Amino acid sequence: MAGKGGYKGSGEQGDVDKFLVSEGLETEREKEIGQHIGYRYDVNLLPDYSRLTPFLKKYIETMGWEDLNWLEDVHMGYEEGRPAVFDRNVNGWVTIPDNITLPDNQQDRDMLARELLIKFQMSPKHPMVTLNKAYRKF
Amino acid sequence: MEDLNSQVQRSYEMGLHSEQLRGRTQQRFFVPDEAENFVYPDAPDVDFNRRAEFDAAEMTTSEINRKLRSLINEGYGTIVVKNPMARHSLGVGILNRLNLYFEGSLGYFGCGLIDGPNVRISGRVGWSCAENMMAGTVVIEKNAGSQFGAAMRGGDLVCKGQVGARTGIDMKGGTIIVGKSTGAFSGFMMQRGRMVICGDAGPNLGDSMYDGMIFVGGKIASLGVDAVPAELTDADREWLTRKLKMYDLLPPQGVDHFQKIVAGKQLWNYDNLEPAEKKLIL
Repeated sequence: MAGKGGYKGSGEQGDVDKFLVSEGLETEREKEIGQHIGYRYDVNLLPDYSRLTPFLKKYIETMGWEDLNWLEDVHMGYEEGRPAVFDRNVNGWVTIPDNITLPDNQQDRDMLARELLIKFQMSPKHPMVTLNKAYRKF
Repeated sequence: MEDLNSQVQRSYEMGLHSEQLRGRTQQRFFVPDEAENFVYPDAPDVDFNRRAEFDAAEMTTSEINRKLRSLINEGYGTIVVKNPMARHSLGVGILNRLNLYFEGSLGYFGCGLIDGPNVRISGRVGWSCAENMMAGTVVIEKNAGSQFGAAMRGGDLVCKGQVGARTGIDMKGGTIIVGKSTGAFSGFMMQRGRMVICGDAGPNLGDSMYDGMIFVGGKIASLGVDAVPAELTDADREWLTRKLKMYDLLPPQGVDHFQKIVAGKQLWNYDNLEPAEKKLIL
């Protein structure tokens, strides 16, 4: 399993580090235009609930949900050759710190991304808190 | 007006107008040892065991929404709204964990822009229910109008009855489940997320979809541009069974009869295609 993990979904076993070690340009069209077409991760990859972290279990319980809910759509992506997760609240990629060791498969990486994203979004240091203070009207 | 000017001045002082953004990568980093917060920093602390209910029959839309906010601020985690009388724009913009029950029907734009609550509606809903929904669950016991879950980004949106046209238009994430049938152009311009239709789907299903998955238990009138059938995998079956069970919508015969529709991906990077290629796809 090491180094593999199906970056393109459960049916396809690709190199999980593909977008960290290369530009990921495969097709003639991608090479011609010089950019990767599509997402840098499989948006349809379903979470493996046996890999839930204690933090995520507690989050689900606190919210009164039975599953990961919106976090089912959160995956670890790769932006500019670095692991990152997309935060819809700031409409930008948030980079994973270098001192965090990445798991060797996409499912565990996705769980890590979900946990870090919650911590980032719910933090008083989140950029939206600053914007809220500046622009809140009511 | 004075308030607005002071806000503008404040935003300049905070440096919000001189910040240099580099496209979508904003060079922000996680702080992994951040404290365990499960709700937004300014969200009031609510207790699911504290229950409140009120009769909305004689109240205006604004009064109902203000009352909801006031109860949330007082710490009520379970709120029952009786007689919503199909008023528009009820239960919108709730960014907190909450159990919210509407005993009756909602009008247009019900439960829009929500991020977290679990909502149950015992009646019907009008156009654009749960538009731009971010997280949480919304369950409608009867039927829903058009644009159900338009531009939805996350969470579970469930209608146990029939739904109108353009269900999940511009959907960017989350799950939409329809107990019976949907109208035309369901999944139009869908970008990601999952849609489950237990009954029939109207014409042009998944037209111009970019990504995501649509599962249909009944007949499909026709597929839209770039929507193609795909094989139902074991992971899909497992997910469908789990999700439909959660909302008591699992058909007695299981999920093996569901058809799966995905994007043909011919429209990907459309702007970079040659005119002849564009004609070929459309």
